[in-house]
Amino acid sequence: MEKSIDKATLSAIDNAEKAGIKTVWDRYAAQMPQCGFGETGLCCRHCMQGPCRISPFDDGPRTGVCGANSDIMVARGISRAVAAGTASHGGHAKHMAHTLLKSAIGEAPDYPIRDESKLKAVATRIGIKVDNRDIKEVAADVARKALDDFSEKESPLTWAATTVTKGRVDTFLKLGVVPTGIDSAISESMHRTTYGVDSDPVNILLGAIKCALADYAACHMATDIADVLFGTPAPVVTRANLGVLNKNAVNIALHGHNPLLSDIVVQVAGEKALNDKARAAGASEGINVVGVCCTGNEIMMRHKIPLATSSVSQETAILTGALDAMVVDYQCIMPSLSGIAECYHTQLITTMPIAKIPKAAHIEFHESNAKESARKIIEAAIEAFRKRDAGKVNIPDTSSTAFAGFSAEAIVSALSLVDKNDPLKPLIDNIVAGNIYGICLFAGCNTVKVTQDANYTAMVKELAKNNVLILATGCASGAFARHGFMTPDATEKYAGPGLKAVLTAVGQAAGLGGPLPLVLHMGSCVDNTRASDVAVAVAEKLGVDLNMLPVVASAPEPVTEKAVAIGTWAVAAGLPTHLGIVPPVLGSKVVTEVLTSAVKDLFGGYFIVETDPVEAAGKLLTVLGERRRGLGLSA
Amino acid sequence: MKQIFVKPEKCMGCRSCEIGCAVQHSKDKNLFSAVLQSPPPMKRLFVEATHEIRMPIICRHCEDAPCINACISGCLYRDEKGFVRRRKERCIGCWSCIMVCPFGVITRDKEKHIAVKCDRCHKLDIPACVNACPTGALVLVDIDDMPKEKRLGLILAATKREV
Repeated sequence: MEKSIDKATLSAIDNAEKAGIKTVWDRYAAQMPQCGFGETGLCCRHCMQGPCRISPFDDGPRTGVCGANSDIMVARGISRAVAAGTASHGGHAKHMAHTLLKSAIGEAPDYPIRDESKLKAVATRIGIKVDNRDIKEVAADVARKALDDFSEKESPLTWAATTVTKGRVDTFLKLGVVPTGIDSAISESMHRTTYGVDSDPVNILLGAIKCALADYAACHMATDIADVLFGTPAPVVTRANLGVLNKNAVNIALHGHNPLLSDIVVQVAGEKALNDKARAAGASEGINVVGVCCTGNEIMMRHKIPLATSSVSQETAILTGALDAMVVDYQCIMPSLSGIAECYHTQLITTMPIAKIPKAAHIEFHESNAKESARKIIEAAIEAFRKRDAGKVNIPDTSSTAFAGFSAEAIVSALSLVDKNDPLKPLIDNIVAGNIYGICLFAGCNTVKVTQDANYTAMVKELAKNNVLILATGCASGAFARHGFMTPDATEKYAGPGLKAVLTAVGQAAGLGGPLPLVLHMGSCVDNTRASDVAVAVAEKLGVDLNMLPVVASAPEPVTEKAVAIGTWAVAAGLPTHLGIVPPVLGSKVVTEVLTSAVKDLFGGYFIVETDPVEAAGKLLTVLGERRRGLGLSA
Repeated sequence: MKQIFVKPEKCMGCRSCEIGCAVQHSKDKNLFSAVLQSPPPMKRLFVEATHEIRMPIICRHCEDAPCINACISGCLYRDEKGFVRRRKERCIGCWSCIMVCPFGVITRDKEKHIAVKCDRCHKLDIPACVNACPTGALVLVDIDDMPKEKRLGLILAATKREV
């Protein structure tokens, strides 16, 4: 199997091979064969009487020591993955909420309220008065209400209940899956999957859905507060791929997830004094900040910062020999980075108290003096630059133009240029007319188990050809950006006639002089609710629920537990959701059947597992056709 | 001649060899479709354990094979590579082979009512169980090289003791 279809990534891997440096692809090969019990979800380590395994082939014991059969074992395993994913988004959102509160009460001077109208919109939505009030008071109330969502409440989660359709709320209430606290939902999942608690596989899965809805709330909250503190993204044009590193500059990569770190570093990196220092150290073009992974998406959307690379290929940024500092916060940071950084002059810098890596420099980031910490980080990068070995520098001359920053607000505002009074009307009219056959949200990661970007690029071509409007978040965005799919040119090249006409009409109205890009960049992986917000608005305008819309989701190259949580809430939201790799559930016929079929009767959404990208696109088109027929539209 | 040898000290008891074996003897030879196959594919080797030790027990393809000697229907035979294999259609289900096998590695296909045993993955260069073993507890070695390796090991151990 090829490692990647991306030339720049392959060139960096080549650098590694020549230097005898092991990358994620080598470590994957070294792990072969991976364990068949793990691959099918049939091992359990939840108690010390284990580990227990059940053969997937009807031989050997049919239960673990406690009596848990394969269905219980698999359901527990997947449920814990959802809980871990929810804990990740929850941690991210809680960090944002604390900072918003500190901002409001004057303890975080570097985090002013940048988008008052977003704050007011969020406050109004969650029932906080905004008229004739000081903006900081409103911010404090929103932050306290956000923090309330983490503990066990008497009422449903605010950030879930106020952001979905009435139909969804009713369905969730009826099925008893309404979470009343983000942390308490995670805690409940851990409780019910521990030794001797929930032994009904279907009930365990409903518990996982409840936890996934808490994940949805956390994601929505994180996006809302990021927009309040840093601004709601609007379209920008920038570049993506390793070619954005600059051999004449101090290159600093920001890697991880939370804009609380990356946005401040970007703000400070423009300061004259620091750039003068960089130039004095020999970097004639000063400081060059680039993004990696999802925090890269955050600063790409808000500050046009170019994206160097994304999750699976994070090591390649260092392998160019031109990266002076890799600055990380949390999530998807491979521990291997420190070893690879040691082969070069690159300074790896950790910043979060919960995410340290041995041998990295740790410069802790606090809300109270964020800019000061950011300056220290940049100075460390300049120091590292002095040690750069010009002989090792090999930056691939590859990057693509990428349009980014299509938040829900930005999409509505572009549409309002077509119809000022009723912005959603052009979108709905074109869906009804069939110019837009349906909508597909691509989300998730890059995985070492799939040739990097191969599934994304194959699927997008098939879907676009058939007039499917494409949205993307997270490392899906990275993949599309790298390969030039986030450009008007891609629309000209790949969009079917109906889709091309719509994207051109909106693009012309928005003054682009051409079509909108083929794939709309909606943000980082925490930002998937930007897409669901658009779907909710469309559903409410049409007077139907989400499970009837011709909208699907796809994670063609998923990796993380966060992806499992997102996929699960997408299914609960009513979306048919494609996975491009087989999740660890096939060991249980019951769980497999529930996730791919029975769940459809309860929520409308379900998982479609298909490893062949062209087949997968075909299946999604079939599903969109079914949904269209369900609404009485041409299919 | 190459044989599958077992290094019990390296066996973690993970049963990956059993899964690899069953998958190799499934219709599509792929884990995910094998899991969905009905009836499920059968493994031909067995990880057994006491408190002290665990190891896969596997057909030795004995040179003077009791199972071939006991097979009255001409099902079991030695192929051109020296592997003890079945002519499935000849098995009458008398289970004499199961009775005489000193290693207990011949079992019964309850659907087809015939004996099931290791075929040494005769179409593969490296047998599936060896390929599946993550620790090197199952190795494919030349029978004549294995003793030499052991002898060298003894020397190495002795030298280390002196140091």
